[in-house]
Amino acid sequence: MSLLKKHAYIERNAFLLLILSFLVVTVGGIVQIVPLFYLDNVIEDVDGMRPYSPLELAGRNIYVREGCYVCHSQMIRPMRDENERYGHYSLAAESKYDHPFQWGSKRTGPDLARVGGRYSDAWHVAHMHNPRDVVPESVMPGYPFLAERPISSTYIAQMMKTHRAAGVPYTDEMIEQARADFQAQADPDNGDVDALLARYPKAQARYFDGNTAQVTELDAVIAYLQMLGTLVDFSTFEPEASR
Amino acid sequence: MLDGIKIAALGVMTFLFAMAANYGQEFVYQVHAVLLMLASAAAFIWAVRSTGSPKVAAAAPVEKGYMDEVVRYGVIATAFWGVVGFSAGTYIAWELAFPHLNWDLPWTSFGRLRPLHTSAVIFAFGGNALIATSFYVVQRTCATRLWGGNLAWFVFWGYNLFIVLAATGYVLGSTQSKEYAEPEWYVDLWLTIVWVAYLAIYLGTLVKRKEPHIYVANWFFLSFIVTVAMLHVVNNIAIPTSIWSSQSVILFPGVQGAMVQWWYGHNAVGFFLTAGFLGMMYYFVPKQAERPVYSYKLSIIHFWALIFLYIWAGPHHLHYTALPDWAQVLGMVFSVILWMPSWGGMINGLMTLQGAWDKLRTDPILRMLVVSVGFYGMSTFEGPMMAVRAVNSLSHYTDWTIGHVHSGALGWNGMITFGALYYLVPRLWHRERLYSITLVSWHFWLATIGIVLYASSMWVSGIMQGLMWREVDAQGFLVNSFADTVAAMHPMYVVRATGGILYLTGGIIMAYNLFKTAVGAGESTAPATTVAAE
Repeated sequence: MSLLKKHAYIERNAFLLLILSFLVVTVGGIVQIVPLFYLDNVIEDVDGMRPYSPLELAGRNIYVREGCYVCHSQMIRPMRDENERYGHYSLAAESKYDHPFQWGSKRTGPDLARVGGRYSDAWHVAHMHNPRDVVPESVMPGYPFLAERPISSTYIAQMMKTHRAAGVPYTDEMIEQARADFQAQADPDNGDVDALLARYPKAQARYFDGNTAQVTELDAVIAYLQMLGTLVDFSTFEPEASR
Repeated sequence: MLDGIKIAALGVMTFLFAMAANYGQEFVYQVHAVLLMLASAAAFIWAVRSTGSPKVAAAAPVEKGYMDEVVRYGVIATAFWGVVGFSAGTYIAWELAFPHLNWDLPWTSFGRLRPLHTSAVIFAFGGNALIATSFYVVQRTCATRLWGGNLAWFVFWGYNLFIVLAATGYVLGSTQSKEYAEPEWYVDLWLTIVWVAYLAIYLGTLVKRKEPHIYVANWFFLSFIVTVAMLHVVNNIAIPTSIWSSQSVILFPGVQGAMVQWWYGHNAVGFFLTAGFLGMMYYFVPKQAERPVYSYKLSIIHFWALIFLYIWAGPHHLHYTALPDWAQVLGMVFSVILWMPSWGGMINGLMTLQGAWDKLRTDPILRMLVVSVGFYGMSTFEGPMMAVRAVNSLSHYTDWTIGHVHSGALGWNGMITFGALYYLVPRLWHRERLYSITLVSWHFWLATIGIVLYASSMWVSGIMQGLMWREVDAQGFLVNSFADTVAAMHPMYVVRATGGILYLTGGIIMAYNLFKTAVGAGESTAPATTVAAE
């Protein structure tokens, strides 16, 4: 083949080899990634999605810090068994405020996309302390230290501002009231829960870890777990055939 | 003058890192700031002490010949990180079998140690192997010394500093939760600087080569370096929450973020663990077999096809997710097509042994290289199969994926690196031969049996769990709770961890054998003059 003979030209020119091989590897990514930012039907139009409340966001950061995504997915596939076990399949809209996404790739433990409201706070407290106390077969590590570590809201507004810079619609009011909302959700007796709910509909405010003396990392983690999958109103959701 | 600027810059850096340690918002950030402060202070002192020393006299004799000292360091780092990475993997395998081994402590829990394991084997073991072998190969095949002088040392030390920052970060809970791209923003920025220097050295050496043609191994190495640069930069675009914080927010959300992540993630496999290691194959297999590469035309076709097709395969990690179907189908189709160029590489490697197959009986190093290419062929068949949506609906989220990755990582990447190390150490340390060929055979069999235990137990565990999840009874109810499937996998987890121990033992034997070879145990020290550049 004469075309293959011409390859010798590329083999003698390092810069040409570099440029051509770089151009060849850019194609696939451009075709697959770029349309996701402008096609209309990539993210469904559903009611109910809102940004994470300050306490939920802090809990999500702990979820990330401990590497929970390594064993737990948050992406229910549209299959009979998964819908039976976990609930409605996950929508793209449900992770549109996730920076980054937590879909995961492995289920050493069950999917958590709709774990919110499935178990009581007390169950979560016991489970985090020692998973085998409530699920004897479990191979999950225990996280007893979460209940002992107080969590501070010092940097939560800074975290929310950065999320806003990345496109999450936090309002100025939300950021100004971040510390108050953080406190109100974990310590409702001493905070303005109505204001919290006005800013973050369906937010749940209570003493998640059962400890009224201080706000702990466990409060934040349970607040996050208890809201997962609870936001979208599926009564108004219609799947799009063209997707 | 230049020395003055260097000393001033290092002094300022030391001061800035001290400041960062003071203002840091998280413990991990402070630890890293102190680490970087000590590193730049050490560099500062070294620069002050070495300034004004007569350079010309010291540098002249070194400039002759190949720059092999940095390759020797790379070989040591590869063997060291290999043992570390295999140990971490074996330990977390036991954690899954016996969860008490997590000890209820944050820094020993599976969630933090698993990224430590993957990064230690992929980036520390694999990355040092790639840097060391690519520096060795590019000098030999271009008949010239590395371009850039001490820049190669910067790449070696800079890359290993990146690994230390990443590893300490994981244990202390610093991660951006993107698989195989967990390190936070400042570690990513540092790696970018190191990687650009690596690309500059590589390209510079190719440009000043004395051979008319660029040898095929270098196509793969060059493509690996430039593509990994692209993937790393795009995938890690993030906004730090503060200059004094280790935390950042990834720019791309949800579905777009998932696509970018697996575009990166699959091509970390495709370029870091495949293209780069094919570069190794194209040098060390022909060298050890003493036969030329089987087909020049095949190498051209499979090179361009491989790099073009690999980049499309990412969405097969996202089958049946909220990623639009068109993207999933593209990912599946290209993954299946990818089978062909992958096997093109395997055939080119295996058929290089034409006329030298008898050497497999007597040469365990060649046996290692050939088995490695065999595992490459097997995993690049299994991969496209698992990328088919119907198969993936069963295999996804299960241990089948873990088994698949390890047949590639332990079989292909591990074995070819072992072969390359056994080839390199006697040559780099000017020894007649390896300390012990018997120990190489031991290593070969321990590693091979370890892989077989690993892969087969993960097939059983993965397929079993996938089937148990979807099993429904006559009334249409789910038969198994999730916990039932976890309990059923326990025996397979023990088998897998046992396989890990065998593989780790092989790695330790190799490290011992290489150490004994390097110090010249058991042989009359031959003068270095017998060694010619090849």
